[in-house]
Amino acid sequence: MSENGYEPRIVAFLCNWCTYVGADLAGTSRIQYPPNVRVIRLMCSGAVDQVYILKALLDGADGVLVGGCHPGDCHYLEGNYKARRRVVALNDILESTGFEQERVLLRWISASEGQRFADTITEFTARLKELGPSPMRRQWAV
Amino acid sequence: MRAFIPVEDGNTLKAVQGVLRRLLESDLIDALMVPMRTPAGAITPTLVTDPALLDQADPLAPAFPVNSARVLGWMTQREPRGRIGAVMRSCEMRAMIELVKLKQACLDCVTLISVDCAGTLQTPAYQENAAGNAERWQELFAQPDGQPAGLRDACWMCEKPVYEKADVVLELFGSDLSQGFQVVLPDSLAEGWGAGESSASHSADGANSTRARVLEELVALRSGRLKEVFSEIRGRLHDDQEGMAGIFAACIRCHNCMTVCPICYCKTCLFKGPVFDHEPIQFMQWAERKGALRLPSDTMLFHLTRLNHMALSCVGCGMCTSVCPADLPVGRVFRAVGDSVQSVFDYQPGYNPEEMLPLVAFQEDEWQEVGQ
Repeated sequence: MSENGYEPRIVAFLCNWCTYVGADLAGTSRIQYPPNVRVIRLMCSGAVDQVYILKALLDGADGVLVGGCHPGDCHYLEGNYKARRRVVALNDILESTGFEQERVLLRWISASEGQRFADTITEFTARLKELGPSPMRRQWAV
Repeated sequence: MRAFIPVEDGNTLKAVQGVLRRLLESDLIDALMVPMRTPAGAITPTLVTDPALLDQADPLAPAFPVNSARVLGWMTQREPRGRIGAVMRSCEMRAMIELVKLKQACLDCVTLISVDCAGTLQTPAYQENAAGNAERWQELFAQPDGQPAGLRDACWMCEKPVYEKADVVLELFGSDLSQGFQVVLPDSLAEGWGAGESSASHSADGANSTRARVLEELVALRSGRLKEVFSEIRGRLHDDQEGMAGIFAACIRCHNCMTVCPICYCKTCLFKGPVFDHEPIQFMQWAERKGALRLPSDTMLFHLTRLNHMALSCVGCGMCTSVCPADLPVGRVFRAVGDSVQSVFDYQPGYNPEEMLPLVAFQEDEWQEVGQ
């Protein structure tokens, strides 16, 4: 618990082939990272529809992480390129509609990058602590 | 090829019907999709095969019950039967092009027949006096900068009133409509239209420059209005008190905006399925988590999701605003948000059917900072 009792809640959508395995490696390698993340495994970052991210944000998640294979490494060849465009569009739309786009993070993490996964969660958690709790936590009229 | 269509006895509509009849009787077209006036006075898109019935066609009436790209899509996808001439407004044409990219429509069997549009009225306002309102295109073309009662919000700020990439263009702006107007036709039709009608090349040049000037002024005026609307709606979206939630506070999630949207075609749309028929315990849990739960739930999710799914292709026809029972500025929000995200991808919806949709296309070396 931080001093004001605020602990960010991160919802992470991880691709089955790279980032999920990277997260697994972080675990089996016993790398320490903040316990603020709730992982949801999908087959591909390209399978992350914007509605999943939006639902998490509107329900009060403080941050959403989308994890996929590095460019060129997608198991389905081009899913991560499409995920990238979707996140770019989503961030612009969030900005246009008055939401904080800093709460959505896309990160390429390969199956061998357990440390990078742990670092990502550590950094993102620290960033979200700076940002403070999502206004959506108490915003019931959405 | 250009032809001058003379108007007799000041009856412009009759001259327009004459053009349509000649097109339907040509070898180019088997059926014409055109706004027709029903015996009760309503205007509705209609598929016409009998040229004799075209005396009821009325593409000039300022009525806009449905974006006809939706219905043209039904008739042209899969295996189309017959060649259709589609008489449409600019925003309908642009929606059609987006549907082609979405693989929900096909242009192979379609001849696009564009009619300049000076604006349309809200359907209830139109229906109050259908017979009288059918003639009001005259006033709309004479004063396209006006704000007649009942004018649709999207038309008031429409900066694309003409669509010149169509196969046939009925050029109404810049002409003295009591005398005649110019029609642009494919060369394959040239023969049937006679040299006599297109011979008035001198007056054609004059009409063209008038048209260009009229359109330039109109587009400048409308673009100015649009800019003001964008700035107003963006201010409200970023207002701490109002914001997106405030703008859509009165939304009842009736889905009307989605139903009439020409871009929202998905038959498997999650908002049409049982996804939001939550279990009772779910409502209780949400209410407990935030202390309260707005009902009907998920209104903001609905609008944000729709923005993400279709705003890149939004052509600004404004049907969403027209049908909103809560009178919310749906179209204004979608246009403003769409304008921003379209510029991110340098994308202009509605013009090039060969172009890929921004969320389908990609390049390997773009936005390389994202994900690193």
